[in-house]
Amino acid sequence: MTLALSVKNLRKTYGNGFEALKDISFDVEEGDFFALLGPNGAGKSTTLGIVSSLVNKSAGEVSVFNHDLDTEKTKAKMHLGVVPQEFNFNMFENVKDILVTQAGYYGISKGVANERADYYLKQLGLWEKRNGAARMLSGGMKRRLMIARALMHDPKLLILDEPTAGVDIELRRSMWDFLQEINRAGTTIILTTHYLEEAESLCRNIAIIDHGKIVQNTSMRALLEQLNIETVVLDLDSELEAAPKLEGYVTRLVGGGSVEVDVAREQGLNSVFSQLEGLGLEVKSMRNKSNRLEELFVSLVEKNLD
Amino acid sequence: MTVNSILVAFWTIVRREIRRFTRIWAQTLLPPAITMTLYFIIFGNLIGSRIGEMGGFDYMEYIVPGLIMMSVITNSYSNVVSSFYSTKFQRNIEELLVSPTPNWVILSGFVIGGVARGLGVGLIVTMLSLFFTDLQVQNPLVTIAVVFLTSVLFALGGFINAVFANSFDDISIIPTFVLTPLTYLGGVFYSIQLLPEFWQGVSQLNPILYMVNTFRYGILGVSDINVGFAFAIIVLFITVLFSYALYLLQNGKGIRS
Repeated sequence: MTLALSVKNLRKTYGNGFEALKDISFDVEEGDFFALLGPNGAGKSTTLGIVSSLVNKSAGEVSVFNHDLDTEKTKAKMHLGVVPQEFNFNMFENVKDILVTQAGYYGISKGVANERADYYLKQLGLWEKRNGAARMLSGGMKRRLMIARALMHDPKLLILDEPTAGVDIELRRSMWDFLQEINRAGTTIILTTHYLEEAESLCRNIAIIDHGKIVQNTSMRALLEQLNIETVVLDLDSELEAAPKLEGYVTRLVGGGSVEVDVAREQGLNSVFSQLEGLGLEVKSMRNKSNRLEELFVSLVEKNLD
Repeated sequence: MTVNSILVAFWTIVRREIRRFTRIWAQTLLPPAITMTLYFIIFGNLIGSRIGEMGGFDYMEYIVPGLIMMSVITNSYSNVVSSFYSTKFQRNIEELLVSPTPNWVILSGFVIGGVARGLGVGLIVTMLSLFFTDLQVQNPLVTIAVVFLTSVLFALGGFINAVFANSFDDISIIPTFVLTPLTYLGGVFYSIQLLPEFWQGVSQLNPILYMVNTFRYGILGVSDINVGFAFAIIVLFITVLFSYALYLLQNGKGIRS
């Protein structure tokens, strides 16, 4: 399997002595949808900054599709598309010019660039705004413009640094669909996000970084299997004064008609439903108390603090 | 990148730069036209008529080449310093840094963008000067070569200024406290032959004197300095500044953490 990104023994110490990355290594396979997660200041953006050539590394090796970033920079950059966290396009330029200009930096002729710009403007719902200044776009449109810009040279590896930050849920879901579509078409994607349900539903593999170190690097499925207890919230058909006693489970009353139940991984939910039925209680709906990945993420980061 | 790809990238930067200064023409092209027209009227017509001849030419004829060169220098410099600093400030320099465009192409693109504005304003000022005097270019090759090279030199200066600038104030310090005094003392309004010997010597340390006089030589055929030596000085400065600007870009000074 070809590696889309290989990071080996990467270190970054800033001029003020702050050690942002402490010898991190991870690989991303071609075709993967990979999550790089961590709390604020953990080192995610520094890592992606080094991969994108926006931050100088202190030590280590980075290669993109087997092209070393030090010795084959041009080839490595040709494969890479970057959507940074902050808006970094010229707000005074018009939307289509931003895309065509970006393609030009990759040596793509104006004719081809115009065709691709039109395609992505339509795909990402920006067509109507193509001749307006970028500063007139809404926040969500600016995010989509940055994605379109990063795709103008058809990169094989797309880095998305919090692409859905501040985007409403409807738009976020349409961006997820778009990203899944381009991933299915062969583009490897690395995503950082603070929306853990986003990472859980999109990504197949994951690395969690904290205090400049990788604290977890595995598949999403393997990571979620580490979660021993899940808390589910059951909305019942009747008001209760105390939490029902269910054998083998810890229960808590939340409001009159809702009960929280801690379910261990080996237990399953069937017994919960049958015991409630036996008590004459009907379950109207059920949900997870919190996102599964969120629970794991918090426990891993807290463990790293100890 | 192939040669063709490099050319596309280069012209993309140049086109973007030209689009930038033409989009804000009221801030970039109009003010120098108005300022230079005032110079022509006040210094050339009103005061110049009392001064009489300078270097064998009437005063208006004498100052026109200097004023054209002054506008070329100022605009080449200010275009690159403000454009590159804005690019840094808005962080859209990152668009270029993540791309495979080589650093020398980035530098050349910004410089030629500055040259385009410098020469564009120079052309506007030249056309305006035709309302006040009759210009006869004596040495077209010298004229074109020196105005182009001077424009390149000051565009490079503007680039280096922008690399070090940390605020919008920093991009006006050099033009205000260095460039303007050197230009005014660089023989735009007078021949250094009028100065006492000591001050003639001091004036010869001013690089702008060589550019203004070489340009004046191209148009009027007279100069206070050796034209060959002036070209050598300009080319030397260009080589040094280009190398230094490229070094700063390679190391990411002011643009990479």
